[in-house]
Amino acid sequence: MRLQYPTHIHIIKVPCSGRVDLIHILMAVEQGADGVFVAGCLEGDCHYMHGNLFARKRVERAKEILEKTGVGKDRVEMYNLSAGQGSRWAEICREFDERIMKLGPSPIRLAHEKKAA
Amino acid sequence: MIKATPKPLEEIIDFVKDYNKILVAGCDGCVTVCEAGGMKEAKVLGSALRLYYTQAGKDHEVVETTITRQCDKEYLEELKDMMENADAVVSIACGCGIQYLTENYPKKVVFPGVDTHFMGINADRGLFEERCAGCGQCVLGTTGGICPIARCSKRMLNGPCGGSEAGKCEISKDTPCGWHLIYERLETLGQMNRFLEPVDPKNWRSSRDGGPRVIIREDLRKAEPQHGSAH
Ligand code: SF4
Ligand code: SF4
Repeated sequence: MRLQYPTHIHIIKVPCSGRVDLIHILMAVEQGADGVFVAGCLEGDCHYMHGNLFARKRVERAKEILEKTGVGKDRVEMYNLSAGQGSRWAEICREFDERIMKLGPSPIRLAHEKKAA
Repeated sequence: MIKATPKPLEEIIDFVKDYNKILVAGCDGCVTVCEAGGMKEAKVLGSALRLYYTQAGKDHEVVETTITRQCDKEYLEELKDMMENADAVVSIACGCGIQYLTENYPKKVVFPGVDTHFMGINADRGLFEERCAGCGQCVLGTTGGICPIARCSKRMLNGPCGGSEAGKCEISKDTPCGWHLIYERLETLGQMNRFLEPVDPKNWRSSRDGGPRVIIREDLRKAEPQHGSAH
């Protein structure tokens, strides 16, 4: 299909979005990720029944924590799409990338960079 | 087991914002089971605090750990080095654990990271229900195994009251009437004669009404008892 999406998005593969725990999202932000999104299967289509629904709840908790710690809730998002929706995948990547570009670098990354300098 | 829930993050941040070496101390006991104060929750809280300090540009060192039980001295001793290194501690054990930690490290500032609620059961994942109020004189033997103290909103010994309707308590249509449950259970057991005679008032001195309680089990103790008489 040769679909284009931003190359600076790092993909971490997991067997099911339900494998993504709250701490994984927080650790990514702690390590300087400007944004994190979790892509799960369409709701109702989880091979493990509830994996993507759990993932959504964890993303909600992550948003709450990021908001309360001053990092900002918009740096995390949950998306649902099926394995057959390649073009939707590219669209999501572009959409999320655009959002993060607008937000600018994460205050956590800036703090790490300042410390290293 | 004891049921607790995480305190709102903003409350915890407010406690610790002026300290910079923080120990988040979890407990592998009850609070791990109700997913409020185990290693997973300690890691999440630790991470959240680091995010807060980092974005606020504050120097910090946040470490997380858990011990087998915070309500036991020998496990609390394992925390010695970490406690020494911390300016402030957030304990996410139940209220008992938090207090015993404080008692054993009297010079340290300890904050609660959870709200402790009650003794209860795990009805489902994320669904905890109160079952026992620790009254110190169990009456389950005469109430069909259903506690009128914890499950009747009025802690009545001779129920149900006039507020019981269609099996629900008058406080809310979502609350089963404890005495309705007892009635049904005694009917199943063929023990309805329980209702023929009212039960005498209970001695509430063994409950919270008698002040903070102490249990001395002479058969379990090694040394001479050090406390006054038990209630
Ligand atoms: S400190 Fe509290 S939560 Fe931990 S084991 Fe003891 S009673 Fe349970
Ligand atoms: S009667 Fe007392 S000890 Fe027994 S379950 Fe009820 S509150 Fe607990």
